[in-house]
Amino acid sequence: MNQMSTEGYVTPDGRKIGGVMMEMRNITLRFGGVKAITDISFDIREGEIRAIIGPNGAGKSSMLNVISGFYVPQEGEVWFRGAQRPPMKPYQVAQQGIARTFQNIALFEGMSVLDNVMTGRLTHMKTGMLAQAIWKGKAEREEVENREVVEKIIDFLEIQAIRKTPVARLPYGLKKRVELARALAAEPSLLLLDEPMAGMNVEEKEDMSRFILDVNDEFGTTIALIEHDMGVVMDLSDRVVVMDYGKKIGDGTPSEVRNNQAVIDAYLGVAHD
Amino acid sequence: MVKNRRRRRSPARRENGLKGGSDLTQSSQAAGGLVSIPALLQRNAQRFGDKPAYREKEFGIWQTWTWKDVQREVDNLALGLINLGVNEGDFIAIIGGNRPHLYWSMVAAQSVGAVPVPLYQDSAAEEMAYVLDHCGARFVMAEDQEQVDKVIEIQDRLHQFEHMIYLDPRGLRKYDHSSLHDFRHVQEQGHAARDELASQLEKRRAKLDMASICVMLYTSGTTGKPKGVVLSNRNIIESAQNSSDFDKLGPGEEILAYLPMAWVGDFIFSVGQAFWTGFCVNCPESPETMVTDLREIGPTYYFAPPRVFETQLTNVMIRMEDASRMKKWLFRTFMATARRVGPDILDGKPVSFMDRMTYKLGEIFVYGPLKNTLGLSRVRIGYTAGEAIGPEIFDFYRSLGINLKQLYGQTEATVFITMQPDGEVRSDTVGVPAPGVELRIGDNGEVYYRSPGVFEYYYKNPESTADTKDAEGWVATGDAGFIEEGSGHLRIIDRAKDVGKMADGRLFAPKYVENKLKFYPNILEAVVFGNGRDSCMAFVNIDLSAVGNWAERNNISYSSYQELAGHPKVLDAVQAHVEEVNRSVAEDPILSGCQIHRFLILHKELDADDGEMTRTRKVRRRIVEEKYNDLITALYDGSERISTRTEVTYEDGRKGYISATLEIRDAKVHDNSAQKMAAE
Repeated sequence: MNQMSTEGYVTPDGRKIGGVMMEMRNITLRFGGVKAITDISFDIREGEIRAIIGPNGAGKSSMLNVISGFYVPQEGEVWFRGAQRPPMKPYQVAQQGIARTFQNIALFEGMSVLDNVMTGRLTHMKTGMLAQAIWKGKAEREEVENREVVEKIIDFLEIQAIRKTPVARLPYGLKKRVELARALAAEPSLLLLDEPMAGMNVEEKEDMSRFILDVNDEFGTTIALIEHDMGVVMDLSDRVVVMDYGKKIGDGTPSEVRNNQAVIDAYLGVAHD
Repeated sequence: MVKNRRRRRSPARRENGLKGGSDLTQSSQAAGGLVSIPALLQRNAQRFGDKPAYREKEFGIWQTWTWKDVQREVDNLALGLINLGVNEGDFIAIIGGNRPHLYWSMVAAQSVGAVPVPLYQDSAAEEMAYVLDHCGARFVMAEDQEQVDKVIEIQDRLHQFEHMIYLDPRGLRKYDHSSLHDFRHVQEQGHAARDELASQLEKRRAKLDMASICVMLYTSGTTGKPKGVVLSNRNIIESAQNSSDFDKLGPGEEILAYLPMAWVGDFIFSVGQAFWTGFCVNCPESPETMVTDLREIGPTYYFAPPRVFETQLTNVMIRMEDASRMKKWLFRTFMATARRVGPDILDGKPVSFMDRMTYKLGEIFVYGPLKNTLGLSRVRIGYTAGEAIGPEIFDFYRSLGINLKQLYGQTEATVFITMQPDGEVRSDTVGVPAPGVELRIGDNGEVYYRSPGVFEYYYKNPESTADTKDAEGWVATGDAGFIEEGSGHLRIIDRAKDVGKMADGRLFAPKYVENKLKFYPNILEAVVFGNGRDSCMAFVNIDLSAVGNWAERNNISYSSYQELAGHPKVLDAVQAHVEEVNRSVAEDPILSGCQIHRFLILHKELDADDGEMTRTRKVRRRIVEEKYNDLITALYDGSERISTRTEVTYEDGRKGYISATLEIRDAKVHDNSAQKMAAE
């Protein structure tokens, strides 16, 4: 498979992957004297599930923060939809259609699941605070419209039963799902997932994997995710970037990566199966 | 292929014709042209056109369909089915949760002369394979991807299977759609072709009468393979009519449809009675939201197996433990009053003025809010059936002013055999014969009945039909019981085939003892052995929520059911329960032999996925006996502990093993044989 062609490719299960959506060109990120990321280049294509893996401290989360625009690299360029992206504020990134979840769940604990997911719609709401407080006419219509979108997502992720439950009372696995719901509520074209399956048991992992695949399938959302669990990554993603000590040591389909000697040495240790 | 199937069907038909004679003579033709479910639908669309018929909560809002809407949906679907090639006499399997669209599918199936066969949606693919192949379903209606996957997994073995229609398209886009159809698409195509197909639909519908098949339901089968019970329109419509009259059900009732669609009760409540009286059927958003949805709907007519009432009561008690002292006091005080006078007030019996006032006060402070929380505020008629209900649980609900009653029935009777009339409600009987039902007790103590609801035949199983139903239409229930002198109420002792004799000739009725054990909130399930032996032994399953809560309060840490079940303090508690039961069993001279000498707590919960229970959660005694043979041996040989390894099946069909060492306890038994002899 010549996946480096600019015109996209077809996955083994028959999904058509489009052209380049986002491209990292020679990214280097430093925190004072510490080099978190050294000269990394890769791309994310329309409609694909792209994983970034690597041992602890490899720089995965930093990479995700560069993609999300939270960190501005000292060197290198970020290209998004054919244009170089200038340093941006988080809300500008959100407006571009990029949404994310966090490794250490960042939900509003005191609010209900519904309200949390509704916050994901903020970029789609135009009425001002005062109008929303009075809640008449346009503001009311707007909330109803957005609530419809949110309800579809609640249905999609099967969290109807906890719609009105305060997030603080939920178990960890469900919180993760609520976070995904909030990210989806923004109707992103690019969804960034920071360790979506960390700390989950096998069953929860399977559920989450299914949801990720369904999101990609149903909404055509491009997904970039960081993950520890190798089994999950290999099953889920179309292409994988492998990082170690801030450097890229591998890039390709799961099977290519699995057979890459540098990757085996650095991360997997022993080839499974 | 088609020819073949027809030939196989005909003997059963003939046999049915012979036996149908007695039914025909006693059937009332009061139905007045309302001889099929589609005919009832037509009447309802005219008479109750704009009244809600079905509701379903979706996207957080209750969506409503009026009777007119339902007629339109069913017509479009029926046309779509003809368009897809459904022939008269075809079988259409329906697999999924309680969704209005699936109920309509059953009506649409009948409209085109096909037979709907609802299946238990939580069955594993393997279990479905048997039923789908046995009825030779050409068409399957599946709720979602999960069900579609199961059917695809087994489709190689289903020789007659051709098309599948699904409701929820999610995740199915990439599937091969050559034999897979979207529900709405089928409806649209039917609607588009209505000009050419409408006359055919009319023709097929006009052919339906009281004798045509309304639905086929597979019994869960505590023994052997499931049997397909064929129920005619007469069975369904007359049973619905009689039972609706009995409780004066009207078009204003609201019910919540949450029990499996494959179960006869759900068909009678959500289709039979709903179509007969025109009341509204509400479908919950998902199984998990059932409790919230129940509260939002506030049904007026409510059915639940004893297990649901038990769980609700357990939850109430657990939450009361956490309540403030003031609330606890209120609850205790007023519940004491309720227990004393509540049932009498409900039955309209004389109660002193002071008690009445206290009860009114209690209604404001405790009963009203509690009923509201349980979603039972508006319940006018509540039923429980399927198993014996603990007297304390039963009385709890009645004392709150909820008119909870018992009925006794089975699939073969189209539910109703006996029902409790208002004012004659007790926890230890199952009521008087339902309207139109004749009752008879056989020589061996088995209960027989004859009614308009008596099923037509078991599909492709004339031997079993003949075993169950005699030439005069009497059906054996398989339960042993007696009719109480004076009140005329029926009392059930046990399954007739489970009733046996101990080695010394005393009566062995395991269910009787098991029920007494299960009435304790800590005990979820019990299985008693002892047929043909000197003494009785028992397996116990603890109730994880009740015992778990108790463990939390007593600082006992545990990580799994298995660990909690093996805790010595839990064993102590269960031992106390067993000994109490023994004391009460000993008082009954006939059943005193059933006292439990030794017991153990099983290391896993009995589960339908492992075949140990039916999908309606009845224990399959034989299978449990075979599977845990080593444990039974250990119970009888006097050993103090036993190591065992058990295969478990996960929900997705994979298998695993759990091993455990179980402690066996001796329980105190009361020897009254001496007394008995003295008395003789």
